[in-house]
Amino acid sequence: MISDKVQKQYTPTIGIECHVQLKTKTKLFSAAGNDAREALPNTLISHIDLGMPGALPVLNEKAVELGMRAAFALNTKPQKLSTFDRKHYFYPDLPTGYQITQFYNPIIKGGHVIVNVDGKEIKVNIHEAHLEADAGKSIHPTGKDYSLIDLNRVGTPLLEIVSEPDMHSALEAKAYAKELYLLMRYAEVSDANLFYGNMRFDVNVSISTDTNKLGTRSETKNLNSFKSVEKAVEYEVKRQIELLEKGQTVIQETRGWDDAKQKTFSQRGKEEAHDYRYMPDPDIPPIELTDSVIASTQSSMPKLPNELRDKLQSLGLSNSATETLIEEMPAGKFVIGLLDKGFNNIDVKRIANWLTSEVQARVTSAQLTWENAKLEPASLMLLAQMVSKNEISSTGAKVVLGELVTNGGDALKIAESKNLLQVSNEDELTKIVEKVLAENPKAAADIKAGEMKAIGFMVGQIMKASQGKANPSLTQTLIKKLLQSK
Amino acid sequence: MSQWQSITKLANDVQSGRTSASALVDQALQTIEDKKEFNAVIVSITERARERAKNIDNRVTNGETIGRLAGVPFIAKDNFLTFGSDTTAASNILKGFKAPYQSTAIERLEAEGAICVAKANLDAFAHGSSTENSDFMTTKNPHDPTRVPGGSSGGSAAAVILDMAPFALGTDTGGSIRLPASFCGAVGYKPTYGLVSRSGVVAMASSTDVIGPLTRTVEDAALVLDVMAGKDALDSTTIDRDPTSYQTSTTNYKLANAKIGVIREYMAEGLDPGVKKQIENAIEKLKVAGATVSEISLPSLPLALACYYIIMPAEVSSNLSRYDGQRYGFSHPKATSLDDSYNWSRTEGFGREAKRRIMIGTYVLSSGYYDAYYKKAQQLRTKLIDEFSQAFRTVDFMIGPTAPTPAFEIGQNISDPLKMYLTDIMTVAANLVGLPAISIPIGQIDGLPIGLQLMAAQNKDRHLLGLAKATEGILS
Repeated sequence: MISDKVQKQYTPTIGIECHVQLKTKTKLFSAAGNDAREALPNTLISHIDLGMPGALPVLNEKAVELGMRAAFALNTKPQKLSTFDRKHYFYPDLPTGYQITQFYNPIIKGGHVIVNVDGKEIKVNIHEAHLEADAGKSIHPTGKDYSLIDLNRVGTPLLEIVSEPDMHSALEAKAYAKELYLLMRYAEVSDANLFYGNMRFDVNVSISTDTNKLGTRSETKNLNSFKSVEKAVEYEVKRQIELLEKGQTVIQETRGWDDAKQKTFSQRGKEEAHDYRYMPDPDIPPIELTDSVIASTQSSMPKLPNELRDKLQSLGLSNSATETLIEEMPAGKFVIGLLDKGFNNIDVKRIANWLTSEVQARVTSAQLTWENAKLEPASLMLLAQMVSKNEISSTGAKVVLGELVTNGGDALKIAESKNLLQVSNEDELTKIVEKVLAENPKAAADIKAGEMKAIGFMVGQIMKASQGKANPSLTQTLIKKLLQSK
Repeated sequence: MSQWQSITKLANDVQSGRTSASALVDQALQTIEDKKEFNAVIVSITERARERAKNIDNRVTNGETIGRLAGVPFIAKDNFLTFGSDTTAASNILKGFKAPYQSTAIERLEAEGAICVAKANLDAFAHGSSTENSDFMTTKNPHDPTRVPGGSSGGSAAAVILDMAPFALGTDTGGSIRLPASFCGAVGYKPTYGLVSRSGVVAMASSTDVIGPLTRTVEDAALVLDVMAGKDALDSTTIDRDPTSYQTSTTNYKLANAKIGVIREYMAEGLDPGVKKQIENAIEKLKVAGATVSEISLPSLPLALACYYIIMPAEVSSNLSRYDGQRYGFSHPKATSLDDSYNWSRTEGFGREAKRRIMIGTYVLSSGYYDAYYKKAQQLRTKLIDEFSQAFRTVDFMIGPTAPTPAFEIGQNISDPLKMYLTDIMTVAANLVGLPAISIPIGQIDGLPIGLQLMAAQNKDRHLLGLAKATEGILS
């Protein structure tokens, strides 16, 4: 065990490389489909993916567009000139014997991500981000003397985002990973589905007692959740401190993550590092982006999480409600859409709170998904306005809301059919109030004498008499009016 | 005289019913059979060719218009992916490989009615200048069977001169169309880089590979180019073609307008005196015909060969990575581990020259050597491009020999790779710079043909073919 005191002597330094799978219909260099989730092995391959003789890569323009969007999401602009290179190594799931990547001239240089950790903003700089084609999948069945190869993933377009070593704790690393995830989703660069491995993180961790000098780093590869990013960093920091405290050294190596044991393990050392013999790919002309293409992509960018956070908080939403809306992107976008349409802030805030409470509860309990929830701006707004105008109680509204987001429909009609509309008709309500006042002379006298507590009791009685439909504020007004006139 | 008339005439005769596609295919297949001792052809595509011919004949009978190459037989170098036979690139590692798709060039020729009747021999993977590097056999020069036909498109050039077909396809990475054209007495055309799609052609060095025709006349070459040229969605390096027909451009070219530069560096030491004399004669005749001829110099030209022999093997080593015995082609039957499968399949599947180039290419790309070799060669390549564009401000064309000597004897250079590489000395620059270039036959020395090389600036293919046709006219 290392004491807190020892631990505090060391500063961890963390850099993260993240592979983001781009949201394209087809592969980076072929017309084969890019959605391998439900596909049988080796069914999404063309002669190009298979590395047939004479097959030439043809760049998918959509991937370039998504690369540009990623640049804006990372607070920079795409490079006007970028090129593709070949990275050579032999492996059965790499049919051409080289991976096509951007080594010399990546599409993104620089940029940054602002991350909030415990209320403190930190800036993680981006070193570069490049487009590349994924390799296939190798499967090694245990106890068998063969391996299986699935080439469906060959050529899947990836953007590898390389951060500067600007993080100094496991929490910061986790927060960065999560923010990157949100950015890629909001910028519509990737579906960022972690379950399907749409984002994979490699964390580089080193520790040092001298803040001006970096220690030897380890690289833990292929982490596919925020939690595992956090845990792997924690584990590596601890492991490295223990080594140094024992007078041993940290070796530069590639490590894997065992999710079951929550431990990293050694995969290969530096001496086994490949010489990839990078070479410009002569089959692919350079990507040359004109100012007008860059500008039109920029103008098509949706709002990104930080701007949305500011907007949501300006409504007076709590931090946690804001984060919930940001994380549940369809909900967040829905709320922003309402604001953009110029609806009243109070109504929008009400809807935002519904989304983070009743609706989210339904999504979490799997009664609904954000995708199939019927989020109709007009009907939700109508419901919110009914609450504002006291036409329905907030309890009644929640009943209507459940029906509305599950099956859709008209808020007013649902409220009517469920008999939830409040009685706001003065004549109708006056009759009820008169009746209840007559039935409760003592309370009426108390109110007249200025006993404010009695008003609450009386409103309750009127509510009962009206089966909960009496408009509470109108009821109060009427009570006072009727008693004064007596 | 050839037994074949011009391609246009043949196609017209098939269309008009004066002859049939089947008759032309039979004639080609018969000649291939009769002259098989020259080893020009690896395999005939008998069945598919006859089927296609029959189909075309039926369509003619039904009154359909077939196309500019109606029923015309041709032979493709065996590095073009084709249906109807194996595609091997004359290498053991691709023996038995059945192409799942056809190259764009073949598709375009077929769309105009041409019929592929055979696959021609080549140096394996097009690595060589003599076809002696073929893993299967050495093609013999039609003019002297003890000599090489040149390479790597030696089978294609020999096949045309042996009358096996009216035209053949070749590839030219460092001179592989022009050199065998020169050695066999054929017309060999290397288009501007990117003018013809490389899709479906086994890659050698992707940044210099081009596809072109080997024919008996410049006009035939222009027609075949007309059919093949232009952008292809399957090859991102292809360019838009000249909208004017290449064939038409050859008919009315005025030599008097031509400004031609004689390349000093190509007329210097190392050039066979007999070849030099023939080239000088040709230049004189061009002057008499009204062309303006001057001498030009490209100072970096003597370094072009060294530059080429760094960039080309680098790309070769990369392009040959896919032949690993795992998915198609030769896979070593005795390997029981992945490493053995890689090692043994490649060791036995590749010939000596392919291995030599893989070794050199791997070396020049490895970390620590990249800057000293590959990067430097690319810088030199840029300098060459600059010098050529400078020179093309003063002249429209350049002229010189295609090769320093006539065809050499089989076996003469095979144990000396450097000497073999030197045969490319006059052709590689056009590849490094991406220029169009042509070799046309201008005479013989002791019964061996000599080729004259003409070059033009990028995308001046139409003008170059015009000049070549006019030159052909005054020399014959």
